[in-house]
Amino acid sequence: MKAKRIISTTIYHIFILGLGLLMIYPVLWMISGSLKNNPEILSGSLNLIPPAWRWDNFSRGWAGFGRVTFTSYFKNSFIVTIIATLGTVLSSSCVAYALARVKFRGNRILFTIMIATMLLPGQVVMIPQYLIYNRIGWVGTMLPLIVPHFFGAAFFIYLMMQFMAGIPKELDEAAIIDGCSKYTVFTRVVFPLLKPALISTIIIQFYWKWDDYMGPMLYLGKPESYTVSIAVKLFADATSTTDYGAMFAMSTLSMIPVFLIFLFFNRYLVDGISTSGLKG
Amino acid sequence: MSKKINAPDKSGRTPWNRFVYNTNTVGYVFAAPFIIGFLIFTIIPMLSSLYYSCTDYNLIEKENWIGLSNYIYLFQDPRFLNSIKVTLQYVFLSVPTKLAFALFIAFLLTRPSRLVSFYRSLYYLPSLIGGSVAVALVWKELFARKGLINTNLAALGVSTINWFGSMTAAKWPIIIMTAWQFGSSMLIFAAGLKEIPGSYYEAAKIDGANGRKIFWKITLPCLSPVILFNLIMQLISSFMVFTQAFVITAGGPNDATMYYALYVYKQGIQSRNMGYASAMSWVMLLIMGVITAIVFKTSKHWVFNEAEG
Repeated sequence: MKAKRIISTTIYHIFILGLGLLMIYPVLWMISGSLKNNPEILSGSLNLIPPAWRWDNFSRGWAGFGRVTFTSYFKNSFIVTIIATLGTVLSSSCVAYALARVKFRGNRILFTIMIATMLLPGQVVMIPQYLIYNRIGWVGTMLPLIVPHFFGAAFFIYLMMQFMAGIPKELDEAAIIDGCSKYTVFTRVVFPLLKPALISTIIIQFYWKWDDYMGPMLYLGKPESYTVSIAVKLFADATSTTDYGAMFAMSTLSMIPVFLIFLFFNRYLVDGISTSGLKG
Repeated sequence: MSKKINAPDKSGRTPWNRFVYNTNTVGYVFAAPFIIGFLIFTIIPMLSSLYYSCTDYNLIEKENWIGLSNYIYLFQDPRFLNSIKVTLQYVFLSVPTKLAFALFIAFLLTRPSRLVSFYRSLYYLPSLIGGSVAVALVWKELFARKGLINTNLAALGVSTINWFGSMTAAKWPIIIMTAWQFGSSMLIFAAGLKEIPGSYYEAAKIDGANGRKIFWKITLPCLSPVILFNLIMQLISSFMVFTQAFVITAGGPNDATMYYALYVYKQGIQSRNMGYASAMSWVMLLIMGVITAIVFKTSKHWVFNEAEG
């Protein structure tokens, strides 16, 4: 009986680990490609260990395009991503608090509108928004990539509302008896307790924004303002032969910030997602 | 149960204070970002695009009112009809595959083990980075004519596939890539699985139900609200597939992967047919609305509601 359990546990772990490694193989292949040259990458070899460690891929890649290097691409990506993520967290938590905790007139209608915008696919408003930004002269600047994030994102408002449902309302009431106003209940009670949901929001919004390609492609005109995702694609657009080594070197570097955020906050991610409110 | 009395505060009850601490004021102050953002970034663009969809606006010249011509032309435009066809095909192939994988892995990872959180991170990784251009470029090389996959298929003696040269094969790398990013759905499933009361399982075991029966009769029904949520979110995001197709196939070969968002981009931004692209956005909004409504309507029959059950 015990032997049988050990065997089944071993099979379980081998299966999960094997499938997991197969899943991340493309990523490992990319990382190993960052240290290979073109013939080695194109040979179709499954081997992940580079025959020679070609670190010059990184310096060649970092040099970028024209006179713009990856220093400025990374700087642009960080500016856009950090400010947008901050805006999302602050604005979405405020709105979630209003919808989940304050019984003001119009609460229900706003909640319905919020759900409707969550179901509204972003690309449907791509053209309409482009027209508006074009009219107010924002096309060619970073503003369309940053400013809208300060007005709450339905998906994260919903995520935070779900999480707030698990914070006892008695806490709000106790705080009010102790002299808090509805404003300070948010800053002193609800916001600090929201931490897991805030962290989930930071992770998800950070990598959505960091990986975003369509936004920067639509709105950033000058090469000096390109983000990393645009720059990485430029390797493939080159009219001469693609420098795969340099492309994979910069692709690898482009994933590091997302990866670090994830490693740092990973343990909060599952805690921040609550599905209790989905049930009937 | 709304409280008419303001929160008692130390600073007295001047009219200003009464206004500031009024429940409605508090609500609107906190909801203000969303209300303003909704007006500026959703309502105004949508309404103005409704107007532009009836014009020949091209960003440069003053637009002319052309009535419903754009809409009439849309339904005679073979490229548009094709874009709807390939998009629907993509959605109906990729979403169920992705959700089935997500549920399968989430279920496997309910087994108590110290390694579960490590495994969960491992399977989440593709979702974390999968939307990036970097991964799309990797995909393009993996499935290239002489790429890693074909080279190894040939080594195994299997005939190679010209993935991006064939109209039937081109969709598969993109579908596989979408299904590969099942991590975020998996996390939501995992959260849902965690919340199924253990007592349900114990009761079923006492009644003599086996593992498979427990899965179909307890786990799935209890999870159905979460399945609905994941289904809706994934439907919406996959209808809008853009970056992967843009980077990997650029819509080719011969429009086989010219998905809806890609075609809107081509017409609107590249060819500057803003009026036509606006009409396209509205038609897509209607199609999405109908599909979401159908899913919600049918969900009454398969989503288990604890209050009723």
